[in-house]
Amino acid sequence: MADLVTPWPWALVIAQGFLCAALAPWLVGWVRLIKARLQNRRGPSVWQAYRDLYKLFAKEARVAHTASPLFRLAPYLVFAATWLAAAIVPLVVVNLPTAAIADMIVLVGLLALARVFLALAGMDVGTAFGGQGASREMLIAALAEPALLVAIFTLAMTAHSTNLASVIDYQLAADIIVRPSFLFALGGLLLLAIAETGRIPVDNPSTHLELTMVHEAMILEYSGRHLALMEWAAQIKLLLYGALIANLFVPWGIATDLSVTGLTLGLVAIVVKLALLGAALAIAETVLAKMRLFRVPDYLNLALLLALLGLLIHVILEVGT
Amino acid sequence: MAAEGRLVTMSTALALAMSAIFCALGSAAVALAASWRPALLRLLAMPLLGVAGLAALAAGLGALIVAGTATTQLPLGLPWLPWHIAIDPLAGFFLVVIGIVTVAVGCYGVGYARSLEHGRDSVAVLGGFTGLFLTGMLLVVLAADAFLFLVSWELMSLSSYFLVAFQHDQAANRRAAFLYLLMAHLSGLTILLGFGVLAAFGGAFDFGSLRVAELTPLWASLAFTLALLGFGLKAGLVPLHAWLPEAHPAAPSHISALMSAVMLKVAVYGFIRVVFDLVGDLQWQWGVVVLILGSLSALVGILYALVQTDLKRLLAYSSVENLGVIFVALGLSLLFYAGGHSLPGTLALIAALYHTLNHAVFKGLLFLGAGAILHSTHERDLEQMGGLLRRMPWTGWFFLVGSLSIAALPPFNGFVSEWLTFQVALQAWQLESGVLRTLIPIAAAVLALTAALVAACFVKAFGIAFLGQARSRHVRRARPEPVTMRLALGLLAFTCLALGVLPTLVIGLIEPIAIQLLGQGLPPMTDRGWLWFTPVSAETASYSAPLVLLVLVLLVTLVFWGLQWGSVGRIRRCDAWDCGLAPPSPRMQYSATAFAHPLRRVFAPLFRIDESVEQQEDGRLRYRLQAVDRTWDLLYRPIARSVEAAARRVSHLQSGHVRAYLGWTLATLLVLLWLIS
Amino acid sequence: MLAQVPILQQWLLLLAAFVLFSSFVLLAQARLVSAIHAFAWQGGLVAAVTLVVALAEQSSHLYFSALLTLVLKALLIPWMLHRLTRRLRIERETESLRRPALAIMAAVALVIFSYWLVLPMVEQDLTFTRNLVAISLAVVLIGLLMMVLRQQAVAQVLGFMSIENGLFLAAVSATGGMPLIVELGVAFDVLVAMVLFGIFFFQIRDSIDSLDVDRLNRLTETPEEGP
Repeated sequence: MADLVTPWPWALVIAQGFLCAALAPWLVGWVRLIKARLQNRRGPSVWQAYRDLYKLFAKEARVAHTASPLFRLAPYLVFAATWLAAAIVPLVVVNLPTAAIADMIVLVGLLALARVFLALAGMDVGTAFGGQGASREMLIAALAEPALLVAIFTLAMTAHSTNLASVIDYQLAADIIVRPSFLFALGGLLLLAIAETGRIPVDNPSTHLELTMVHEAMILEYSGRHLALMEWAAQIKLLLYGALIANLFVPWGIATDLSVTGLTLGLVAIVVKLALLGAALAIAETVLAKMRLFRVPDYLNLALLLALLGLLIHVILEVGT
Repeated sequence: MAAEGRLVTMSTALALAMSAIFCALGSAAVALAASWRPALLRLLAMPLLGVAGLAALAAGLGALIVAGTATTQLPLGLPWLPWHIAIDPLAGFFLVVIGIVTVAVGCYGVGYARSLEHGRDSVAVLGGFTGLFLTGMLLVVLAADAFLFLVSWELMSLSSYFLVAFQHDQAANRRAAFLYLLMAHLSGLTILLGFGVLAAFGGAFDFGSLRVAELTPLWASLAFTLALLGFGLKAGLVPLHAWLPEAHPAAPSHISALMSAVMLKVAVYGFIRVVFDLVGDLQWQWGVVVLILGSLSALVGILYALVQTDLKRLLAYSSVENLGVIFVALGLSLLFYAGGHSLPGTLALIAALYHTLNHAVFKGLLFLGAGAILHSTHERDLEQMGGLLRRMPWTGWFFLVGSLSIAALPPFNGFVSEWLTFQVALQAWQLESGVLRTLIPIAAAVLALTAALVAACFVKAFGIAFLGQARSRHVRRARPEPVTMRLALGLLAFTCLALGVLPTLVIGLIEPIAIQLLGQGLPPMTDRGWLWFTPVSAETASYSAPLVLLVLVLLVTLVFWGLQWGSVGRIRRCDAWDCGLAPPSPRMQYSATAFAHPLRRVFAPLFRIDESVEQQEDGRLRYRLQAVDRTWDLLYRPIARSVEAAARRVSHLQSGHVRAYLGWTLATLLVLLWLIS
Repeated sequence: MLAQVPILQQWLLLLAAFVLFSSFVLLAQARLVSAIHAFAWQGGLVAAVTLVVALAEQSSHLYFSALLTLVLKALLIPWMLHRLTRRLRIERETESLRRPALAIMAAVALVIFSYWLVLPMVEQDLTFTRNLVAISLAVVLIGLLMMVLRQQAVAQVLGFMSIENGLFLAAVSATGGMPLIVELGVAFDVLVAMVLFGIFFFQIRDSIDSLDVDRLNRLTETPEEGP
C-alpha cells in the first residue's frame, strides 16, 4: 500500500490534482472539435475552452438582488468538491496516498455534495428556471445513483475492495481477457457518465432552450468568476468520469511506480485514452438525439439493468468457477 | 483492583442516570406549578430538563468508557416482583442518544415555551407530560426486568399520547392522537407477549434469567417475530408506519423532536435488547426479514417524504426512512453474524448504532429548525415559505447542516454510517449462499436510491423554505429566532459535524456494545492512526474525514482568496434574468409540489394521487394535490372494516334487557368457576 | 477464480452473459422489428455457445447442432417472422409494456430465482458448463414472462421461441447436447410451429381484425353472463 509519510508521493498528488484541472478544458475542447468536424464545421480550436475560462475570470460578477450568501458560496464549494473528487481518481499513477483519503463511495459522496450545492444555488435566486433545473437534476441523480453503486459493487465484489488503487491493481494483476461482469458494468457506467455529466441524450450542454435545459438552467444566474468556476467544475467532472472509466476498465499504461519513464508513459497513456473516449462521446452526441425528460428514467433503467446484470453474472458465472 | 474500580465508576454512572430521572421528574413537578405562573415552565422546568439530559449524557458516556455493568434493585414494584435497573454499554449508548437531544431540547424550550405561555393550552400539561415522557424513556433504557420495562414503556407511550393531543382543539390532532394510542397499545401488547414467551422458558422476569433461557428455534423465532412486530410498530417500519406521520407533527415542535429523534430510538433499543441480548441464538433467516423490511421502509418512507408539503410531516416520513436504514444495518448484522462471519456482523451492528446516534442528532436539529420556523412565521406549509435564509440566517445555516447530514454527504455524520453500511454490504462475497450474495447488493442499491432521494427531498425542503423569495406575507416578515433556540440548533449542528469528522473516536466508544452483545470487538480499525478510518482493512477501504474536511475548507478558502484581488473581485448587484419580460415575482418560483413532480411521476404506482382544480368564489382557480399513503387502502382500511364488522356481530348480544345482561354475567361466572376447579 | 479458467470457457461465459442480456432486450423491446432482430441475435449467440462447447468437447454432432441453430434460429425463423410482419402490415407497430421497469425487475428476480433453484444441482455436478444451467433456466422463465406480459401475438411467438432457445441452451450445457435425432425432431417441430403460427395469425386477424391477444378473452368454460 501507499506510503503516507514520505513527502514525494504527496507532491505528486498535488501535481496530479493540478493536472486534472488543467486537462479538463482540453477534453471539452477536444470533444467540441471532433463534434464540429463530424458536422462538417471547422469548429473552434481545442484551446478555446481555456480562453473562455480566462475571459470569464477577468469579468466582474453580477449577483441578483434576491440572492442569498449561499449563492456566492456555492461556486467555490461545487468547484472544491468536484476537484477533490477528481484528485482522488488515479490519473497518471496508481497507489498514491489519496487512495487512503477516500474510496469510490466517498467519491460518489463528494460528487453528490457538489450536486446538492449546485441545485441549491439554482433555487436561490427564485426564478422559475433555477427550480426547474434543480428538480430535474435531482431526478436524474436519484435514478443514476443506484445504478452507479451497483456498477461499483460489481467491481468491488470482484476485487474485494472499494479502494480505487486496489481495484486497478487487481485489474493489472489479473491475466484475463474478458470478464463478462466488467463488460456489463462498463456499459452501465458509460451510460451513467453521460447522464451525470449532462451530455446528449440526457442533457445538452450547449442549449439555452427553456424547456430542455438541466445543468444550464441551474447556473443561468451566474456570471464572471462564479460562472467560470461552475463551468470548470463541470469540465472537471467530465474528465473525472473519463479517467475513472479509462483507468478502471483499461488500466494498462498507468504508472505503478514513481520512475520518470513510468510517469511519462502514464501521462501519454491517459491522454490517449481520454482522447479516444472524447472522440467516442462526440460521435455518440452526433448520432443520438436528445431525449425528452420523461424518457430519461427508461434510459437510466437500462443503465441499472446493465449494472445489475453485471452483478448477477458475476455471482452466477464467475464466482465458484 | 481494576475490576473493583470499574464497579465503582459504573455505580457512579448508575447514580448519575438515577439523578437524570429525578431531574426529569422534578421538571414535571415544577411544570405542574406552572399552571398559576406560566413563566416557571420557561425559567425552571425547561432548564431542569436540560440538566436531566446532561446527567443522562454523562452517565451514558461513563458507561461506554468504563464498559462494565452495574445493577441495583429499586424499592418499588410488587413484593414478589421487585424492579431492577441496570446500566451497561448498550444502555449507556442510548442514554447518550437521549441525553444529547434532551440537552438541546431543554435549551431550545426556554425560548419556545414563551410563545405557548399566552396560548389557550395549559403549559402545565405540556411541561408535566414532557418530564414524564423523558422519565419513561430513561427508565425503559435502564430497566433490567421485563416488568419495569413494560411499565416504563407504557409510561412513555401514554405521556407522549397526551403530548400529541396537546393542541386538541384541532380535529386532525385528536384523530392523530387516537391513532397513536391505538398503535402504541398494539405495540405494548405484542412486546408483552414476546416477553411472555421468553419468561416461559426463563422462569423469571429479570433480564438475567431471560438471557440464560434456552429457547427452541421455533419459540425463539416466535419471540423474534413478536419483538419485531412490537418494536417495529413503535419504530414505524413500513407497513406499520401510518401513525407516525400523523402523530409526530401534531405535537409541539420540541416534542416532535423528542419523539422522532429519541423515542423511535428507544424502540431500536428494545429490539436490540430483546433480539441480540435476551433471545441470543440468532438465526440468519431473521436477518433476511429485517433486511427486506428495512429496505422497504427506507424507500417508501423517503418517497412519501418527497411528496409532502408540510415541513413537519416531511420530517416525520423521513424518520420512517432513517429507521429503515437502521434496520437494514441490523438485518445485515443478523445475516452475517448468524452466518458465521462475525467481523462483518459486528461492523453492521456498529453501523446501525452509529446511524441511530446520527439520526437522533440531525433529526433533532431538523425538527427544532422546523419549530423555529413555526415559531417565527406560524407556518408549516412549504408552499408559503421562501427566502427565510435572509430573515433567520442562524436557523437557515444550521438547518442546512442538518440537511447535508441527513442526505449522507461527506464530511457530515450521516455519510459515515451510510458508508459503513455499504462497506458491510460489500462483504457479501464472504457468504456461502449465492442468493444472499445477490440479495445484499440489491438491498444496498435500494439504500443508494434512498440516499439520492433523501438528497432530492432535502434540497427541496431547504431550497423551498430558505432560498428564493417569500411566498407569503407573514413569511416575508418573519421575526428572528430567540438566542436560546440558536444555541440549541448550533449545539446539534456542531455535533453533526463532530460525529462526521471523528468516526474512529465514536466507533471506539461504541465498540464495547459489540463486545457485550456479540462477544467480539473489531480488530484495530485504525491501521494507520486515528486520522484514517479503515473498518475492514487498509486495502479494502479507507476514509479520512478530517482530511476531506480540511482539503475542502482549504480549497474553498484559497480559491475564494485568490479571486478577491483587483477588479476581478468586484461584484455588482442587479435584477435576476427575466427573459426581457416582466420581472420575476415570487409566484413564478418552483413550488414544493412542482419540485417533486418528476419523481412523483416516475414512482407513480406507489402513491394514490388526489388531484383537483377548483374554482373559487372570486373566480380564481385553485389547484389541489394530495398524495395519499397507499398502506391505508391496502392494510388499515380492510382491517378496520373487518374489526367493525366483527364488532357489529358482537353487538347483537347487546339486547338492552337488564336480565339478559345478568344472564351473561351468570354464564361467565359459571364458566370461570368451572375453569378454576 | 475466473483467472485460472481456460480461455474457451471464458468465451463461453461471455456468450452466456450476452444470451441472458438478449433475453432482457427481447422482453423490453417496444418495436416489433427490433424485437425480431434481438431474437435473431439470441439465436446466433446460442449457436455460438454450442460451437464453443463443441470445440471444447470435440464432439462432432455439436458442430452440426451449432450450424442447425444458426441457420434455423438466427436466419430462417427471423426471416419468416420478418416476412410475416410485412405481409400483415405490422412492421411499424410498437407495443410498450405498461411498466417496463417493473417488468425488468421481475425478470431480474426470475434470474435470481432460477439461480437459487439450480444451485444444489450445480454444486454436485462439476462439468465444464455447469454455470450455464442457471442462465438457460432464466432464459426459459423470462420467455414465459414475456408471453404473459405481451399482448401482441407476434411478440408472444418470440417469447415462445426464446423459451425454446433456453431449453436448447440447457440441453447443450447440462448434458452436452441432445441426441442428434431428438435435436432434428425439435428443430423440425419449431419450424412447423412457425408455419402454423403464420397461418394462425392470418386466421386471428381475419376473425377479430387485430393481433391483440387480449381480445381472445373467452377462453373459459362458464358462459359469460349478460347479452
